[in-house]
Amino acid sequence: MDIVEELLKGNRLALSRAITAIENEYDEAMDIMKKLYPHTGHAFVLGITGPPGAGKSTLTDKLARAYRAQGKTVGIIAIDPTSPFTGGAILGDRIRMNGLTMDEGVFIRSMGTRGSLGGLSHKTADAVKAMDAFGKDIIFVETVGVGQSEVDIVKAADTTMVVLIPGMGDDIQAIKAGILEIGDVFTINKADHDGADKLVREMNMMLDLDGLMTDWRPPIQKVIASQNEGITETIENIEKHFKYISENGILTKRRTERSKNEMLDVLHSNIGSYITNKLVETGKMDEYVEQIKARETDPYTVVSNLMKDMLK
Amino acid sequence: MAKVRVLVAKPGLDGHDRGAKVVARALRDAGFEVIYTGLRQTPEQIAEAALQEDVNVVAMSILSGAHPHLFPKVVNLLREKGMDDVLIIGGGVIPETDIPALKEAGIAEVFTPGTPTGDIVDFIKANVK
Repeated sequence: MDIVEELLKGNRLALSRAITAIENEYDEAMDIMKKLYPHTGHAFVLGITGPPGAGKSTLTDKLARAYRAQGKTVGIIAIDPTSPFTGGAILGDRIRMNGLTMDEGVFIRSMGTRGSLGGLSHKTADAVKAMDAFGKDIIFVETVGVGQSEVDIVKAADTTMVVLIPGMGDDIQAIKAGILEIGDVFTINKADHDGADKLVREMNMMLDLDGLMTDWRPPIQKVIASQNEGITETIENIEKHFKYISENGILTKRRTERSKNEMLDVLHSNIGSYITNKLVETGKMDEYVEQIKARETDPYTVVSNLMKDMLK
Repeated sequence: MAKVRVLVAKPGLDGHDRGAKVVARALRDAGFEVIYTGLRQTPEQIAEAALQEDVNVVAMSILSGAHPHLFPKVVNLLREKGMDDVLIIGGGVIPETDIPALKEAGIAEVFTPGTPTGDIVDFIKANVK
């Protein structure tokens, strides 16, 4: 099967295989991305992030259904953490979206973070591109937002939604962790729990104090995702944000920034692995490591010399 | 950096998921990526999820006795979708006498109660394509 040709025709197995090739860095992945690229840039990408247990997957399920009711097609990339010890993962977001499996207009793919140092961001971005080329109108990227790598993933999105829940005990901590800065739209899920209104007030206070650099005041919407409450308002908030960034040149700026980040990601990871592999193949890597350990040289000297040789 | 991806699913109307969860955890600890789709899956849902997730293994758990009907159905649906390389295994309350027919229908192996989870991991590692 010619993966890209079939993918562009709407073959779901081809899309699935393309994402696998991208994730596993098969030889054909680069070729696939080169062929897909011209067909991308159409989908609206929505990032959904927040602490574990906030109800992101349940919310994604409800939002996806609402978009489907509008006649839009949906792609969902659900990311769960890979164990740094075993390399395995339980990818348990899909289970919240079981009702969407048989909807032909929805494609859900679960991915593990696989513990890579920033490598995730370009694989996720590439998987988004595959779904984009496939023709999805809206692509959700759902991830646990507790660190730098999640902020990187969010760079792949046009609009980022942060989902919080009341009564976590460390509401202010969650806000301090940089989540406030990446949220274009805030959703307080499980709003029937104690502390929902308090959280809304605290969020508003933090937003008041924060030196926002744009005219966009992120809306804060209370929802009860499991009961489908507040979903319509949430969609309206997303659409309001998208309209704002489209009309103010911000979307263009973000997409330029995104293209630059993609270029840098691919440049760094490919050149880095190419050189590393060459060193390992020729046995030079072990040689250098021993010399470094014995303090006969250091990583900086080794790399400077390598660069001098390469860039002659 | 290829990982083995396993779909763990419970077809049919059987609410006993402890076994499936134990197996899911063991597979995670063995370094696999496990997509757990939960209870009350139809064969169609299992096959479609397997396609979208491009899994290497489909592992089904069933305690209700409906395995002679549901397991082969999943095998056929996977083949129809062009997923010929998927390793399909099963477990749960399955009488020994039923196992030959299941294997004939395309189930690579059946792991009945009491099987050490390590055996399942080893089988997958040895047989996954």
